[in-house]
Amino acid sequence: MEFAISILISGISVGGQYALIAIGYTMVYGILRLINFAHGDVFMVGGLLGIYLTASLPLYLSLPLVLVLTVALGFCIERVAYKPLRSAPRMSVMISAIGVSYLIQNTATYITGGQPMTYPVIPFLSDTVKIAGTSTKWVTILTPFLVLALVLALTQLIQHTKVGMAMRAVAKDFETSQLMGIKINSVISVTFVIGSALAAVGSMLYFTNFQAITPTAGALPGLRAFVAAVVGGIGSIPGAVVGAFIIGICENVIKSTEFTVFSDAGTFALLILILVVKPTGLFGEKVTDKV
Amino acid sequence: MIQEKNKKGALIPLVAAIVLLLAVILLENISTFLPQGSVPSVLMPTSQLFSVLKKGAVYSLAAVSMNLLNGFTGLFSLGQAGFMLLGAYTYAILSVPVADRAAVYYLYGGSAVNFSFQDLFGSIFGTEGLGGAVSMGLGVAVAMLLAGCVAAVFAYFIGLPVLRLKSDYLAIATLGFAEIIKAVFQWQALGPVTNGANMIKSFPTFSSFNISDASGNVILRLATFFPFLVSILCIAVICMLINSSYGRAFKAIREDEIAAEAMGIDLAKHKMLSFCTSAFFAGVSGALFAMFVNNAQAKVYTTTMTYEILLIVVIGGIGSISGSCIATFLYVACSEWWLRFLDNEVILSSGAKLPFLRAGFRMVVFSVVIMIVVLFFRKGIMGDREITDLFQKRPRAGKEAAK
Repeated sequence: MEFAISILISGISVGGQYALIAIGYTMVYGILRLINFAHGDVFMVGGLLGIYLTASLPLYLSLPLVLVLTVALGFCIERVAYKPLRSAPRMSVMISAIGVSYLIQNTATYITGGQPMTYPVIPFLSDTVKIAGTSTKWVTILTPFLVLALVLALTQLIQHTKVGMAMRAVAKDFETSQLMGIKINSVISVTFVIGSALAAVGSMLYFTNFQAITPTAGALPGLRAFVAAVVGGIGSIPGAVVGAFIIGICENVIKSTEFTVFSDAGTFALLILILVVKPTGLFGEKVTDKV
Repeated sequence: MIQEKNKKGALIPLVAAIVLLLAVILLENISTFLPQGSVPSVLMPTSQLFSVLKKGAVYSLAAVSMNLLNGFTGLFSLGQAGFMLLGAYTYAILSVPVADRAAVYYLYGGSAVNFSFQDLFGSIFGTEGLGGAVSMGLGVAVAMLLAGCVAAVFAYFIGLPVLRLKSDYLAIATLGFAEIIKAVFQWQALGPVTNGANMIKSFPTFSSFNISDASGNVILRLATFFPFLVSILCIAVICMLINSSYGRAFKAIREDEIAAEAMGIDLAKHKMLSFCTSAFFAGVSGALFAMFVNNAQAKVYTTTMTYEILLIVVIGGIGSISGSCIATFLYVACSEWWLRFLDNEVILSSGAKLPFLRAGFRMVVFSVVIMIVVLFFRKGIMGDREITDLFQKRPRAGKEAAK
């Protein structure tokens, strides 16, 4: 029983961290129809920045700075690598994303020397707490609540502000919204800013639990978060969150059995199963082809 | 009339392929003929040049097979590394001589598969001299063919549920299957067959094709020739497929599925055909890759590998076979050879170090180069043209205008 609870708790917590990354994927996809392969690496850079900044600055300065710098990185990636390709075929934009991901990983390898780095201990978050008979870190307990609060704030932003309305319009129809006077470039920038900010928060939570950061540390959580976004129906924010919790729990349950090798394969199997039954994910919109 | 044109059209590539193969043999063996000491270091058998050529040959087959699916049929699939893994393991498992199995599978107390084509053909043609060469070559060829077939059969079963999905969903589902295949091959319970997460080795590799005399001196090097031969044969088959009525159906599906269906093209059948053919050649290239790196290990065939090949396909031009081949060699040479100097620290005569140059800088520069290519050459090197179009286009346009 205690074992089951501890697995469930860590599953929900990891799921929450995936949700923060998955939102970045799903929002960008919703607007640009682009799988932003570099998003997982932005997440990794958030972790690396955390290491370098906390080493030289006090915590109350460094954490906000991590957030700002990660956001700046996301913004720059969009401006440099995606904006010039707005009229290009979708495949070239995706390749550009893969190229950015390559560049970030190689630059990180160059700077860190490829050695695994240890994430600093953030007081309070790393303290242990006993709940329902199992001891765990505060971050594990806090993550789901933080995620829910952030998602609520985000949905408020999307439903009730002007920027949010513009986002919904651009997601619906790229060209028409342009005709209606929406500045799509700034809307897309805002999307990337939000996505990167959430990824930065996610990196703080995630790397407090899994301390080693290598230049490829972002690839796997990124891939899982992307799977989560697809399971939930890519383009839908509630879908991404639900999908992320499902993936997180699923992964931890498989890890607790003897089939640890299959923790990633299991999530992919689940993904394929869901796609076969519902080809656009749990909350995805039905697409009809026009001739 | 049409047939005549086709015959003439087939002759030029055939001659070109033979010339290329002869050039490779010459390049590889030139160091033996030149007097000792006057051989430029680039042409020595240990030179980076040959490793680039070998890897280029292997990757160009992988890239062309991916292009068949992504570029010509318009199915966005990311399962390439998974199919290559299947090919590599099939080849490796069927090729390790039984005598060496105990050493390779020592963790599992020997292999569950006590059969290898090397031994089978060895017992027919002998293992020494000419007979040995024949049995080795036949064993490799049959195992490689089976490697492709296994990948194609898996592709068929994966394709049944997956090919119904559209664009990005198809991509992520095939990516998922590649990951699942990778996990299964690393599973401890399958250890007696796949050697778990450890590598399978001591099967014939490229250097087994070097011909040596009785005292062990190499007299004719064919290590680079062999991957070129296989790749050219396979790419020729893919070319023929693309130029057939099936190929035209593939292109029709790429341009517009609904219109293609309305023209009477069986979507499911053609998509499956393209998927399985692509997987077959991916399997063959996987077997070649295992020969290139001298081992088969599941953890090498990651999604990063698929992305790498996709990158090559797009840089070469989606829907251009010659583009894929050119891009492969440029990509491999650039990443492994030409930029190598960036990894070494350079100390100037004044004692100062050149800034930035240290291990890892090569890959940073390389990724910047890739970004520049992607941003400024949107259609890739060749677009959707072939290299032969470059020679033909002008006169033909002139002729038509004259009519």
